[in-house]
Amino acid sequence: MSLLTVRDLSVEFPSGVRAVDGLDLELDAGRVLGVVGESGSGKSVTSLAVMGLLPPDTRTSGDIRFQGRQLTGAGPRALRALRGDRMAMIFQDPLSCLNPYYTVGFQIAEAYRAHRRAGRRAARDIAVRMLDRVGIPEPERRARAYPHEFSGGMRQRVLIAMALCLEPDLLIADEPTTALDVTVQAQILDLLRELRERSGTAIMLITHDMGVVAGLADDVVVMHGGRAVEHGAVRDVFYQPRAAYTRGLLACVPRVDGPLPERLPTLRTPAAGEPPEVTS
Amino acid sequence: MILYALRRLAVAVVILLVICGATFAIFYLMPADPAQGACGKACSPERIAQIRTTLGLNHPVLIQFRDYLAGIVAGRSYGTGAQAVTCPIPCLGFSFQTNEPVWGLLTERLPVSVSIAVGAAALWLAVGVTAGVVSALRRGSVWDRAAMVAALGGVSLPVYFTALVLQYLLVVKAGVLPYPQAVALTDDPVGWAESMLMPWITLAMLYAGIYARITRGEMLESLGQNFVRTARAKGLPERTVLRRHALRPALMPIVTIFGMDLGALLGGALITESAFGLPGVGKLAADAINSADQPVILGVTLFAAGFVVLANVAVDLVYAALDPRVRAVG
Ligand SMILES: Nc1ncnc2c1ncn2[C@@H]1O[C@H](COP(=O)(O)OP(=O)(O)OP(=O)(O)O)[C@@H](O)[C@H]1O
Ligand SMILES: [Mg+2]
Repeated sequence: MSLLTVRDLSVEFPSGVRAVDGLDLELDAGRVLGVVGESGSGKSVTSLAVMGLLPPDTRTSGDIRFQGRQLTGAGPRALRALRGDRMAMIFQDPLSCLNPYYTVGFQIAEAYRAHRRAGRRAARDIAVRMLDRVGIPEPERRARAYPHEFSGGMRQRVLIAMALCLEPDLLIADEPTTALDVTVQAQILDLLRELRERSGTAIMLITHDMGVVAGLADDVVVMHGGRAVEHGAVRDVFYQPRAAYTRGLLACVPRVDGPLPERLPTLRTPAAGEPPEVTS
Repeated sequence: MILYALRRLAVAVVILLVICGATFAIFYLMPADPAQGACGKACSPERIAQIRTTLGLNHPVLIQFRDYLAGIVAGRSYGTGAQAVTCPIPCLGFSFQTNEPVWGLLTERLPVSVSIAVGAAALWLAVGVTAGVVSALRRGSVWDRAAMVAALGGVSLPVYFTALVLQYLLVVKAGVLPYPQAVALTDDPVGWAESMLMPWITLAMLYAGIYARITRGEMLESLGQNFVRTARAKGLPERTVLRRHALRPALMPIVTIFGMDLGALLGGALITESAFGLPGVGKLAADAINSADQPVILGVTLFAAGFVVLANVAVDLVYAALDPRVRAVG
């Protein structure tokens, strides 16, 4: 059964920017959906729309169904009850996403206590367990440390621990590795893969990186200009891209096994609706 | 943390010494002759010479400064033999006008100044921060605009004017408050509050506007922080998001200026005290300046500077206690 169904989603900001424009996508329970697309194609806005985190003055239309429940038009109370509990989100820049004034243990425990009745001690123990689970050494001690005392990769682990402490059914990861260096990126991706295998959490993985999609996702959505230009299994989309835009996007990925080009092809952003041009 | 505190205190002592020296130098350079001031109008040259010796004015300025500092930490005595006058620790000299020890004058008036400063500070902090937070949450609303205009108005009102208007309205017209007097809190709490209310309002109007504007700006900034979005993504109730994740960081700069403002006011709210005729340290300073009472002016200056410097140390310590990143560095 489909966990998340988005139909004809449009999001318009008061500035008149239509960041999402008739988007359709679908994510089944326990699967990983890669969402790719150039900067400004509406990936982040889509994820915020699903989480109900867009500013109140944005105009949203269309359907977002999560576990059969209609989210568009749902009250803030209903959305809050789902957020952090059934669906969770991690963001790109792990330092700025953690509050510098509280220990990481507190911030994880806080996420737990937002939805479950638990004393401070019990929630704290859960925070320590989560830190351990995401591979942070000496979790007992590190739970008492503040975000600035962690490295970038460790902070992202903290955010993942925070997002997963209530075993949500959906994890939205918005470019979770972009701010990290390559080896740390690989570690975080391994962690996501492992967590997904263990807990069966479905992941909506937003990224610029085709390699990440190939390594982790089952399905992929290619976004362009606020809509999905391609949607299908990763293998199909990568080997038989139907949209010209996707072919352009794939041509920009350097290949390890091919000849080294003088310059990488670049994707010229086309006018809305037109296929992009690839120039070498 | 303790090491950090000690280091900050040591720096504070050095700063106080520098202020002491600077103030002393200013008085040394002033044309008025302290001996003349101490003696009064009709004064024979012999008498003046005698006073010069007693006050140690015949010594080089550095020796005078050393004696002054020594007097503060160890006490001193003026004159010799049977006429010697001892000045106990901390000795800031004697008033030319009343011959009372300056330290005694200061401590006697301190309760009034502290009452005014602390009460006003509580009032402006409550009003200013609340107004700022509400403005930030309803940015662009009628409330926001009205509050910010009112804040600007409050800041630009002269204290003398506010004091007069308040006294006219509340004392003369409505008769709900008495003219402010120095009432000790321990003697008569109600009378104390009644006397202090107008000075509190006057000062609070001056500061609340500034605090509202700063709070609004800080709050808007912290509302845009990524960790506030994270807090919402956790599904925390909006109240918790605002209080714990938006307001707490927004208050940090407020702590700094609050410490400074309060420190400065504890050393005497000069204009407010004068406007209401309340015998605080500020009034003492104003009177001393009018009568060129040099030891008192010097004493008040140092006393007030001491509060500012102490407030600085307190702010740094509070900051370190509140912000884990500062704690780590210190
Ligand atoms: N709060 C906002 N107000 C106005 N416009 C916005 C807002 N947030 C995003 N936009 C606009 O919406 C469009 C889509 O932005 P979005 O952040 O979803 O892109 P993205 O695909 O996530 O890009 P990136 O890969 O750079 O993160 C952009 O044109 C952006 O300027
Ligand atoms: Mg984005």
